[in-house]
Amino acid sequence: MDFSYTNEQTMLRDSAESFARKRYGFEQHLKTLELPGHFDPDAWQEMADLGWLALPIPEWCDGLNGTGLDLSIVCEAMGAGMQPEPYISGVILPSKVIIAAASHDQIPGLVAPLSNGQQQMAVAWAEQCRAQTPSCCNTQADETGDGWVLNGQKLCVLNAPNADVLVVSARTAGTNSSENGISLFIVDPKEEGISQTDYHVMGGGCASDIRFNNVKVPSSALLGNTHEGFNALQVGLDYAAMCACSHALGSMRELLSRTMEYLKVRKQFGQPIGSFQSLQHRAVDMFIELEQSRSMVIMASVKVDSQNAQDRARAISAAKIYLAKAATFIAQQAVQLHGGIGVTEELDVGHYFRQLTSFCLLHGDTESQFRRYESTN
Amino acid sequence: MDLEFSADEIAFRDEVRLWMQQNVPKDNSPLLGIPNEKETQFNWERRLGEKGWLAYQWPKEFGGPGWTATQRFIFDTERALAGAPASSPFGLMMLAPVLMKFGSPEQQERYLPPIARGEEFWCQGYSEPGAGSDLASLKTKAVRDSDHYRVNGQKIWTTQAHWAKFMFCLVRTDTEGAKQRGISFLLIDMNSPGIEIRPITTIDGHHHLNEVFLTDVEVPVENLVGEEGQGWTIAKYLLTHERTGIAGVADSQYELGRLKSAVERSSEMSDDAVAKRRISGLEIELMALNFTNLRTLDRIAKGQPPGAESSGLKIKGTELQQAISQAQVEFGGTSSLPWLSSSNTADPVFAASAQRYNFLRASTIYGGSNEIQKNVLAKMLLGLG
Repeated sequence: MDFSYTNEQTMLRDSAESFARKRYGFEQHLKTLELPGHFDPDAWQEMADLGWLALPIPEWCDGLNGTGLDLSIVCEAMGAGMQPEPYISGVILPSKVIIAAASHDQIPGLVAPLSNGQQQMAVAWAEQCRAQTPSCCNTQADETGDGWVLNGQKLCVLNAPNADVLVVSARTAGTNSSENGISLFIVDPKEEGISQTDYHVMGGGCASDIRFNNVKVPSSALLGNTHEGFNALQVGLDYAAMCACSHALGSMRELLSRTMEYLKVRKQFGQPIGSFQSLQHRAVDMFIELEQSRSMVIMASVKVDSQNAQDRARAISAAKIYLAKAATFIAQQAVQLHGGIGVTEELDVGHYFRQLTSFCLLHGDTESQFRRYESTN
Repeated sequence: MDLEFSADEIAFRDEVRLWMQQNVPKDNSPLLGIPNEKETQFNWERRLGEKGWLAYQWPKEFGGPGWTATQRFIFDTERALAGAPASSPFGLMMLAPVLMKFGSPEQQERYLPPIARGEEFWCQGYSEPGAGSDLASLKTKAVRDSDHYRVNGQKIWTTQAHWAKFMFCLVRTDTEGAKQRGISFLLIDMNSPGIEIRPITTIDGHHHLNEVFLTDVEVPVENLVGEEGQGWTIAKYLLTHERTGIAGVADSQYELGRLKSAVERSSEMSDDAVAKRRISGLEIELMALNFTNLRTLDRIAKGQPPGAESSGLKIKGTELQQAISQAQVEFGGTSSLPWLSSSNTADPVFAASAQRYNFLRASTIYGGSNEIQKNVLAKMLLGLG
């Protein structure tokens, strides 16, 4: 048992944290939110130069073959620095799905442009279902003589407005909620028959609702084998959920430290408000939730690499459930303890609050994760 | 980063597991972590003592097995999962570290070996009617009179005083100056003339706690630990001393496992989604606590001081113990109502649950109430009064 970082991981953390502190932060966050797709190409290029975009890519595709923990380290720093760049939805999720699904020959051509920042992707999997699971897939793919025709609708496809390429899940067999019979396709978003409604997402980032109306794609668009897309999606979504938890942890950490600072400097009744016991105990409760969350993130970042799908599912679902609970508590209390200033646009606290609220609803909300966790029993 | 035990540690775990299987009394149902039966508790501790595993937290030089922090954790876990009671902490985990650091060689030689063998049982004389959370306000007075101290006063909430041969006790030897400075640490023979023990029955229906009245009790001067006035320093040392078991993770895992199996056995609940969801929630809380505990353990194993993450272990650990026992009672419903009665038809998990639920209300109060723990933590985090 060993909970320490390797030297390389310590260096990675230092570089990511320093980027978040010096290059990013609240002001840059606000500037990025003025840009189309909440995306700053300069920052993205710097991230590519630092090697982060190549972290989820295997070595044989010229990637850096980073572990779950490596990704977690970068994402935590991004969360602390309020970076809305689509690292998780635009790089980690699609690359992990492609690596898990595609044939050996397909992979390098698809992931290489991700690792150097030339291209962006989005994975269109979510649909109108109570449980956010990739098995809920009604979008249909029908085989024609020379390819496939897609029909259906995907919701809240994160980073789709920025994406040059879409990975789309569609049903090629099975019933509406079965895990078998889902296939994955590489689709150009400019393809005829695609109507895309773009929007910004609370807390930063963007998404689209996408309708596929008789969209024709060639046979080569199929990733890997037919009917076997579910497991690959689940692998990618587990990495995305783990990374989102790490990102949230960074935000929670910053919120706690801002709240502690405020309790020391804000005076009422002639004394710092941190001298009042009810506020002290609240701050301690936030601190304990942060440490418990860190434990869960460490655990999930290691288990996400596990070859045992059951182990991985349990770990990731548990972590997402815990982080969502703790993030809600810390975000709400940070706003509460800041008082009036906490509910204004001018303070970063409210922006972290929005980021964390989005986090809870995405990447498998608590209800969906509970169902999955319980299915592993 | 590596979350798994080494091959040696797994071999050690298997050795402990096997020994527990062979040695934990089969009929241990009355224990359930609540030391009600003196003989059962004493026999169990002596059996561990014979094996050399009672003082498992101690270093080799004082007669412990010299285990690593990880081995101690593994032992804790295996002990709990085998359904065996935790050993009484007063001599083993509270007095012993104090004697090792502040005691004279004579005191160490006299008191430590019988504790490690499970032969001499101790109790803790800290709280008084007017000194609970504000412990330094204690008034029990010890006045030096040639070769002994004359002790007068009253202690309260003294766990198992009626089982104990000795009590380690905080007494006031000086009433001048700051109240912390006049406190000393004395070892008192419970058979001394002038000691009267009165039982306090707790809401679990049992007698664990006592009032201890001390009237002109003569305590030999050689029973002073450290120096006069050093008692508060010693008491604080005890509070910060490593206690890897403080979160009670393994005991909670055991109890949650019992609840799960009772639910599975139950015809009304085995398919109930609400019951399942509540258990999942508790499991996930426990998972987080387990890894926080392991992070602390890893630091201790590397010779580093426990990090800030360890401060919440007592608070979160006791809250979770209570939450699990509350679920046991509520899942049991009317099956949890038979009270101190062995004749009932309920599942044993539920039949014993109410007693445990009542007993565990104390867990967030003893050892520094959780509110006091939060005060201490807030001071550390905020640096404000």
